Amino acid sequence: MTIFGVALLALCTLVGAFLGDLLGVALHVKANVGGVGIAMILLIAGRLQLQRRGLLAPGLKLGIEFWGALYIPIVVAMAATQNVVSAVGAGPLVAIAAVLTVVVCFVAVAVISRVSGPAETMDEIEARERGAPLSVALGQVD
Amino acid sequence: MGGMIAHTLETNALLTAFAFVGLVMAFSALASRYLTFGRIHGSAIAIMIGLALAYVGGLMTHGKNGLADIPMLAGVGLMGGAMLRDFAIVATAFEVDVDKARQAGVVGAVALGFGTILPFIVGVAVAYGFGYRDAVSLTTIGAGAITYIVGPVTGAALGADSAVMALSIATGVFKAVLVMIGTPFVAKLIGLNNPRTAMVFGGLMGTVSGVSGGLAATDRRLVPYGALTATFHTGLGCLVAPSLLYLAVRAMMGS
Repeated sequence: MTIFGVALLALCTLVGAFLGDLLGVALHVKANVGGVGIAMILLIAGRLQLQRRGLLAPGLKLGIEFWGALYIPIVVAMAATQNVVSAVGAGPLVAIAAVLTVVVCFVAVAVISRVSGPAETMDEIEARERGAPLSVALGQVD
Repeated sequence: MGGMIAHTLETNALLTAFAFVGLVMAFSALASRYLTFGRIHGSAIAIMIGLALAYVGGLMTHGKNGLADIPMLAGVGLMGGAMLRDFAIVATAFEVDVDKARQAGVVGAVALGFGTILPFIVGVAVAYGFGYRDAVSLTTIGAGAITYIVGPVTGAALGADSAVMALSIATGVFKAVLVMIGTPFVAKLIGLNNPRTAMVFGGLMGTVSGVSGGLAATDRRLVPYGALTATFHTGLGCLVAPSLLYLAVRAMMGS
């Protein structure tokens, strides 16, 4: 049933929020420490358990996936309710932070992929698969 | 008549918000397709429109809550508030496939780690350069440099100022747009022509929309590999930014 999915999601979110608050108190921080992240781990664990027991019904999945699908619109709503007028006063912080971040990350991609040695390119993989039997090629796609 | 319509919209605030945001999303999807030819993802455009509307709302009402200060659109505040936001973001974890995660392997995990730490350091450093000194604001802006989800989640958890949250979201969105546009131009330079580099790329750049948009413009076949690691990015950020990273910043700032 769909409500089971919604309820499971709500339960995970609530427990995550509670544990985050608890962690905040334990660490003497006036904040929710990682509550959303904890809730996500709980949900992934919950999904694994349900899958193992064969209880992952389509209705239950729908109840969770519906909310997952709404997350971008909800983020848009969140963006539309921020204090942007006073944020604009901060000047070019946004542009500088974003550009620097992207440049640093591009460089890191180049470094990590170079350090980890040569890899087969997409073109080489396709060329090899064209030579191989179809069943093998299909297996590779997955 | 006009008064009656306004009354209907105000008494059904959350439904008004759903319809309104739906319109914004529809407009963004069209703009993405026809103005940018699919280069910039509709979701990124929608969030930018959201921020622009918040600016307009702020100018109109002199309030601090963007569009939500307009009585007819108060429901947008409920829709984008902490409760539904956390609910929806947690729900996205449901799509994470643990078996697929193993495929990404050590390289993917290393990339994810760097993809969280490096943007955070850059974000914090830039915020520091712009005069922010409190650990909450520094962490929130640093988290925004990870992704536009991690930023506000962290800011809300730490109780950051709304203006700082706006900066944090804007940084994340701008980063995603830069990744979408910039990737095809640097693809050769960074060796982005194989699945493994695509997975490293996904883990480092984060933001699923930025990664899938950028990879699609580079080589469509690489998208699933990049998305595989990128999907873990937000979850990891939401876990460590308001905890480990915040504590680290607080320890350094001493506040």
